[in-house]
Amino acid sequence: MDFDLMITSFPKLLGATVVTLKLLSASLFFGLFLGLFFAILRLNKNIFINNFAYGYSYIFRGTPLLVQIFIIYFGLGQIEYLRTTFLWIILKEPYWCAIIAFTLNTGAYTSEILRSAFQTIKPGIIEAGKSLGISNKIIFYKIQIPIAIRQSLPAYGNEIILMMKGTSLASTVTLMDLTGVAKYIISTTFKPIEVFIVAGGIYLFMTFIIHNVIKYLEKKYSFQQ
Amino acid sequence: MELLAFGKTGWGDELFYATLMTIAVSITAMLVGFFFALIFTPLKLSKYKTLNLVGNFYTTVIRGVPELLVIYLFFFGGSGAIMYVASIFGYYEYIEINAFITGSMAIGIISGAYSTEVFRGAIQSIDKGQFEAAKVLGINKFGQFYKIILPQMLRLAIPNLSNVWQITLKDTSLISVTGLVEIMRQSYIAAGSTRDPLFFYSFAAVLYLLLTYVSMKLINKLEARYSRGY
Repeated sequence: MDFDLMITSFPKLLGATVVTLKLLSASLFFGLFLGLFFAILRLNKNIFINNFAYGYSYIFRGTPLLVQIFIIYFGLGQIEYLRTTFLWIILKEPYWCAIIAFTLNTGAYTSEILRSAFQTIKPGIIEAGKSLGISNKIIFYKIQIPIAIRQSLPAYGNEIILMMKGTSLASTVTLMDLTGVAKYIISTTFKPIEVFIVAGGIYLFMTFIIHNVIKYLEKKYSFQQ
Repeated sequence: MELLAFGKTGWGDELFYATLMTIAVSITAMLVGFFFALIFTPLKLSKYKTLNLVGNFYTTVIRGVPELLVIYLFFFGGSGAIMYVASIFGYYEYIEINAFITGSMAIGIISGAYSTEVFRGAIQSIDKGQFEAAKVLGINKFGQFYKIILPQMLRLAIPNLSNVWQITLKDTSLISVTGLVEIMRQSYIAAGSTRDPLFFYSFAAVLYLLLTYVSMKLINKLEARYSRGY
């Protein structure tokens, strides 16, 4: 055991954790909106819209995240037309490519989580709202969405942790996130176990925090108080 | 389309073998995972606190740390660890483990953590009366487990195990960083030499979709088989 290496690599890895957290928070933020959008499309009765939303979630849940990042980072640059548009400013940066891939991926999972949450809402609750003369729009925003958020909290907590692990793939497109820096230190010092303990410890700490925050929120928003 | 031709001119045969490699790694990893689950599930269900702690440590650490980091640990640390063990027995030559074994061990340990949780959940949801009834009928421990608990447990575990299989199948794409030529690595090579990454990575995505679709269909059949009588 090389404790000196563990101590000297800790600040470097902690610095890289900031990149990981930035990637995670950006993709979760955009992914939540995307997920909500597609969950609403899934509830639509129009079969084309419904199938479109289903296809999106099927494709992004059925392929590895690594393929998705590679298609966006290496693949999209190949289209000549894209290079002339303003989109190229975003797509030439690995940072934004990673965020786009993570957003699309987590959006697919989030849409499934929210869809099942919407479907578990008892029809009686919506009928009660209607009989009180509340408009459909308000029923949706003030009744269905809050209940769906509460219902989906445990599953969404898992999704946050999965996404946190997913951000490690940013290191494959030259981003120096926690895993990227850990790999760099391992490949220069050839001491994998020490670095794994430090980097893994940081990841576990983040998992622990996320887990407890979700648990707290679940308790706070539970129906029986 | 000529890019996908079989033979020397296209990448069809290479990608076909790469797909077989992905399937082989996934199955090996799944079996390694079952082996780990077989060890750690009893530990998690044990009466003793220390054994519980060991089981929980395994599943918590593996499920909380990115897969890529575990693969790097095995990739860079694997041969070192084997050489250390060999040196105890007086063997000092350099040993290189092949990428297939490193990869399927790394993915296997990850999938084992998920399988452990699935089996634990399935065993815990079997009615206590089943254990007691088996005991009362004088069936021995072996028969109790294989004839009574296991068939019921599998029925409950199969839907969740199919999720574990999907996760494992998708995780094998990460082994490409170690140089094992599976779908992802082969697409990377092909994309590099033809300068057509969009086509090859999209094709890789199609291959993965195909694999997940086919395995889904097979698992549904298996599920129907194990839930006959319900």
